[in-house]
Amino acid sequence: MNVDFRNINKHFGPVHANVDINLSIKSGSIYGILGENGAGKSTLMKVLSGFIQPNSGEILLDGKVVTIDSPADAINHGIGMLHQDPLDFPPMRLIENFIVGQKGGLVPSYKEIIKEFKELQSKFGFSLDPEAFIDSLTVGERQQLEILRLLWMGANALILDEPTTGISLQQKEKLFAALKILAEQGKTIIFVSHKLEDVEFLCSKVSILRKGMLVGEVPAPFDSDQLVEMMFGKIISLGDRNNVSQGKTVLELKELFIEQYPLRIENVNFQLRAGEVIGLAGMEGSGQDTLLRACVGLIRPISGKVIVKDKDLSNKKYHEYMKNGVSFLPASRLEEGLVPGLTLAEHFTIAGDEDKGLIIDKEYFREKAEKMIDEYHIIGRPELNVESLSGGNQQRAALALLKNWLSIILLEHPTRGLDIESAIYMWGKLKERCLQGASIFFISGDLEEILQYSDRILVFFSGHVSPPLEASTTTLDQLGQLIGGKGWDQVFSTRETL
Amino acid sequence: MNKTRSGSASILFQLGGLVFSLLFVSIILVLVKSQPLEAFRLIWEGSTGNATRIASVFVVWVPLVLVTCGLLATFTAGLWNIGIEGQITVGAIFTTGVMRLFLDSSVSPVLVIIISIVAGMVGGAIWAALAGVLKTFGGVNEIFGGLGLNFIATALNIGLIFGAWSRPGVASMSGTEPFPVQFWLPTLQNFRISIWSVVFAILGLIIIYFLLQGTHFGLRLKAVGKGMKSAFRLGIPTWQHMMLSFVICGLFAGLAGAIQVTAVYHRLIPSISSGYGFMGLMIAMLINYQAIWLAPIALFFAALNIGGIQLPIVLKLDSSLTGVLQGSLVLFVMISQGVKQLFLRKKLE
Repeated sequence: MNVDFRNINKHFGPVHANVDINLSIKSGSIYGILGENGAGKSTLMKVLSGFIQPNSGEILLDGKVVTIDSPADAINHGIGMLHQDPLDFPPMRLIENFIVGQKGGLVPSYKEIIKEFKELQSKFGFSLDPEAFIDSLTVGERQQLEILRLLWMGANALILDEPTTGISLQQKEKLFAALKILAEQGKTIIFVSHKLEDVEFLCSKVSILRKGMLVGEVPAPFDSDQLVEMMFGKIISLGDRNNVSQGKTVLELKELFIEQYPLRIENVNFQLRAGEVIGLAGMEGSGQDTLLRACVGLIRPISGKVIVKDKDLSNKKYHEYMKNGVSFLPASRLEEGLVPGLTLAEHFTIAGDEDKGLIIDKEYFREKAEKMIDEYHIIGRPELNVESLSGGNQQRAALALLKNWLSIILLEHPTRGLDIESAIYMWGKLKERCLQGASIFFISGDLEEILQYSDRILVFFSGHVSPPLEASTTTLDQLGQLIGGKGWDQVFSTRETL
Repeated sequence: MNKTRSGSASILFQLGGLVFSLLFVSIILVLVKSQPLEAFRLIWEGSTGNATRIASVFVVWVPLVLVTCGLLATFTAGLWNIGIEGQITVGAIFTTGVMRLFLDSSVSPVLVIIISIVAGMVGGAIWAALAGVLKTFGGVNEIFGGLGLNFIATALNIGLIFGAWSRPGVASMSGTEPFPVQFWLPTLQNFRISIWSVVFAILGLIIIYFLLQGTHFGLRLKAVGKGMKSAFRLGIPTWQHMMLSFVICGLFAGLAGAIQVTAVYHRLIPSISSGYGFMGLMIAMLINYQAIWLAPIALFFAALNIGGIQLPIVLKLDSSLTGVLQGSLVLFVMISQGVKQLFLRKKLE
């Protein structure tokens, strides 16, 4: 299906999210949409998939002008959108999710549909169990399900919004293979991302959006530097490791045994040194988050010890860890990090180290918020509610809220969903903290990020934790294999003999 | 400029809610072949017609203000304290019980009144804390826990009135034996209203406003209510704050119960809470949990309650009509808030 955008304009209050967008996408192609956060990619895709209506402009499908009023309308026109966070029903079984949204009789015939489902998935080499519950699937598998569902409902054009976030390398390969098959069948694939490597690998043509405007259209083969320059309007380079001379042990894990169904993590022994950055690599759900949460008292270990600066804190609660200079920045910013409905100034009031009396010195905290907004380049004002900030600015605010004298910072996906510029900024600030003596433990699904910033790496594979790897001597391929469970014997036995 | 515009729009929508609820009640009245205008005139007359009636409005206003003050604390912490009715009742029971202990003693009546009122507050707080314990340690949603505790409180109250504390000779729905006059909160001459209870209500208002708007505790409570997980991660002991908000609410509810006993009925009666707890929930929703609007809206509700008394006599309508008006007012105002949000969103896009 050929998809054409003509003069699409979309305003959100004072924000002009799409400015006169003209695009034409041919059927049978994989078309990339690149841009940093807030560039207007998602808005444009939501217009196409019927989630929002443009203020002006029109959409043509195979040369015919159509109005798309709702997502249901979009799928009737053959347009399916795969969202960044899977929109499924976790307590239900896979096959039930598959059928939901389908028009049909009163009683669905499961047997036949399961058969059709299996035929369909075999075409793409997926191996999903139709009886499995959604909660037991990984993000990548849920994505596969959603693609199959959209195809089954008759999608001719598929929109994928940041599909490679949070899935494993193998799942990515599977996804890309499936997309290529679909393109050969004549389907239109629109691939929205801010990850250059994915777009470069997959797409035959790329459009770049910046500040709501279409800044250019580039056919393959691509020149990375050119793409980055178009995305940001300038050239950007990544920062480096700190290489701090490492001091004494600040956190020690002794024979730690954690169980969180269905995972068991056994016998973890590890020493974190002052000023060090440790990356936790692994596929989603391999135990990284469990271990991280056990290191701050959010999960109780079954046995073993967590020792923070020579103090045994095993079985202590989170607030006790906080008092000892451990802080935790979770991945879900508005659920576990910031309080929606409270302003920035109110956040600084709650999180501050200041000696607090009964009464709030509102003027003092407003000034403090202003200072931090300035220092951390947050785009916002003290009296703004945090949920009205963009993702990147929320993350900066969460970082700014960390106390000053921390000795250990634990982070879950510190740069997930951030554009390159925000991510580099984030790491700049974290590295400053390391220079002040803080140590960092972080989880990331982005292996390059792990290699880039860690001093040492712990690899997780279904509850197994590797001995620490030196980041400087580890390659991307090696790491990719390890998180997939390959090559553990060679790497670690050779290391031990060394 | 943006702020004032949305502010005036907001008032417009609230007024719209009021107009719709009046229309709704008028339609009901027309359906039962009565005259709406006459009914509204009677309600107005009934609540403002003379000084006695105005004083009676304030008799209702005081407990309404107190329970709503308490409810603001629990609402701020994100809790639906449905158990408020039971907390008022238990407050009244504690006050009555303690006062009965001192009836034949030589302790000065003033001291007895003070001790009894404090006892009532403690009783309300205990009953509220029970709902809190059920929630934090038993995993029982505060709505269900509160509902259960309400039933128990009512049963306890009836049990005492007809059993242990029944009037000598005849146990009756009219309640326990009235207390001697020296144990009453002094009322203004010829009126039913006690100046002390009004003072309590105003103090309560000031305290809760200050607590929620100006203190670190209030802000932490708000954080717990808006996002418990995030609040916990920012270092706030969350369940302790929820528990405290229950206790604060219970203190206010208990005080309301104590005033019902010492200043209004001078004894324990079966419906001692008079539904003020549920009415307080409505007021809290109506004022969108902002203490600043509490006093006038509570006054309006109290006026409706007293004004409705005339209805059965003149128009042969049940006085619960004012309850219909109060309930529909809350519904329509909330609907209008929803519509306003839709409207503003449309405008933004």
